[in-house]
Amino acid sequence: MFTDFLFSLRRHGVPVGTQEWLALHRALQQGLVHDDRDLYGLGRAILVHTEARFDDYDLAFLETFEGVDTSQLRDALKRWLDDPLPPPDLTPEAFEQLTGMSLEELQRRFEELLREQDERHDGGNRWIGTGGTSPFGNSGRAPQGFRIQGQRGGGRAGQVAALRRYRNYRTDVTIDVRQFKVALRALRNLGREGPEELAIDPTVEKTCDNGGEIELVFERERKNTVRLALLMDAGGSMAPYTQLVDRLFTAASEISHWKSFKHYFFHNCVYSRIYENIERLESVPTAELFRRHPPETKMVFVGDACMAAWELTASGGLLSLWDGNRTSGLDWLHKFRQTWKDCIWLNPEPLRYWQHETISAIGQVIPMFPLTLDGLSDAIKHLRRGTALRSRAG
Amino acid sequence: MSELSFDAFSGTSSYIADEDLARDVNAAVALGRPLLVKGEPGTGKTLLAHAVAEALGMELLTWQIKSTTKAQHGLYHYDVVQRLNDSRFGGGDVSNIRHYIKLGTLGRAFASDERVVLLIDEIDKADIEFPNDLLHELDVMTFHIHELDETVAAKHRPVVVITSNAEKELPDAFLRRCVFHYIAFPDRGLMERIIRVHFPDIEQELLEAAIVRFYDLRAVDGLRKKPSTSELIDWLFVLIRGGLSAADVARSVPFLGTLLKQEADLELTRRKLAI
Repeated sequence: MFTDFLFSLRRHGVPVGTQEWLALHRALQQGLVHDDRDLYGLGRAILVHTEARFDDYDLAFLETFEGVDTSQLRDALKRWLDDPLPPPDLTPEAFEQLTGMSLEELQRRFEELLREQDERHDGGNRWIGTGGTSPFGNSGRAPQGFRIQGQRGGGRAGQVAALRRYRNYRTDVTIDVRQFKVALRALRNLGREGPEELAIDPTVEKTCDNGGEIELVFERERKNTVRLALLMDAGGSMAPYTQLVDRLFTAASEISHWKSFKHYFFHNCVYSRIYENIERLESVPTAELFRRHPPETKMVFVGDACMAAWELTASGGLLSLWDGNRTSGLDWLHKFRQTWKDCIWLNPEPLRYWQHETISAIGQVIPMFPLTLDGLSDAIKHLRRGTALRSRAG
Repeated sequence: MSELSFDAFSGTSSYIADEDLARDVNAAVALGRPLLVKGEPGTGKTLLAHAVAEALGMELLTWQIKSTTKAQHGLYHYDVVQRLNDSRFGGGDVSNIRHYIKLGTLGRAFASDERVVLLIDEIDKADIEFPNDLLHELDVMTFHIHELDETVAAKHRPVVVITSNAEKELPDAFLRRCVFHYIAFPDRGLMERIIRVHFPDIEQELLEAAIVRFYDLRAVDGLRKKPSTSELIDWLFVLIRGGLSAADVARSVPFLGTLLKQEADLELTRRKLAI
């Protein structure tokens, strides 16, 4: 059962390693776990390292232990540790005697309710929660209460997990500016740049090491060498994502550690002109970008990549028919990719729509990631890996 | 090493710890792993370390992390400048290098004759690589002083509490070694208890009115910085000092500036709550 739990956690994307798993074993062996509530809480403290994964932990816990009652859990615990634990407080017989309801019956009701209920509930007479008169939960007044372990707050572990209180912390759903910033800060590449300057502290150290013979130390300043260009789709179909893109832009522009940061706008796809100011429709020829931005620049596209197929492949594209440029949107993207090795595309559309023909066509040219915190982290790892590989090769 | 029982910590008279927090603290102590505490600013992460030290009756050593802090700073510092000064102008036993080795906070925690609580505060302020540089020291609780060719090993494994505001991601290798606790924002019931610890004589009416106002403010959509527990405490302090009543708080929000610190937030709130 516990090995199942490990695999269930991994399936839900909680990266549990051997080290943490062994630590949990040690905690069990040391007698830190007295009941399922402790198992739930301690397991989370040891196995999960970020609140963003608490919800996945809850799901995995439910999947593994749903319908498993306390005594079964204890038996399993016992076998697992091969070490005698105190006998379970609640055997099925004792339970029936106490509650006047058979365990199976209560269990079934409990599960039914779990399925129906998806929010925390306090008071009332039906749902699982606290302080009510439902037979389930804690601190209630029902004569046949499923009260586990006396006065402990919050109820049984499965119940606590079912509340999914940490749903709002999931990083694949909600993101604010600060979270974007945290993710973007990982994108850096420190190099020593600029003129050499006298470094006072190392000079003093060296001089003292020499017993007072002056030795001057010169250093260049360590600076982030990352250049970033953000190219955002401002088309109509992006309207539902305006706020999200706005947050990403705010985060990127508020971080001051870039060597250079520029942003541009486009409609649908990149064509022969690209906007610097979308409200005033100030644009520059897209070719200008190839002069402006050195090849080590990270080019980050943000857009839904959804359009009619011809808008991507027709020469000149939708918006530039009049200026005589014969390059299609897709060709432009190929050019970007050839010039700047670090091109990525962030797409706010849910993954299930990614089969769309223009999305997959663009995704084949430019590596595409979902515009979620997890997606952004993956994208940044991708960019960092690319930089590392090239610096090793060169 | 003095053995502590597993329920040694359950909060103190001035620090309210819920059951989950108490359990995680005790588990970290028993397992000898650092306790990593995260949570919104102002939810009492630093205070937790103080409370743990008080409850366990241990001395608290605080290592305040800044953006320029290096792992080495916590271990020891070889004061060559002082040594050179002494050798040129007299004073001190220059021949003994030991006089010029000064232990950092981590070093002192290791060298202490008593078991201590070591608080590494705001670890996310430092460079991204900083936590990795401490892995070995926190794992085996020893470090080497090259100048003396000596190894400092912890006499007693300190109880390590690490706080983070999540300004930066912490490295995975580091996280794997910690017991993690996320301080969720207190609900109204817990908040009432927390306030009573700070203001035992507060009028029930004022307390309730303030709490309602406070949670309404936090619920305003689009705030850049939500007011936190410590700001609520400050606000109540001002309210009580100013002799304001529950009716005043119900009518408007006096001293809104103690709760919200950003101009944009103030404007947004005034507009949305019509105050």
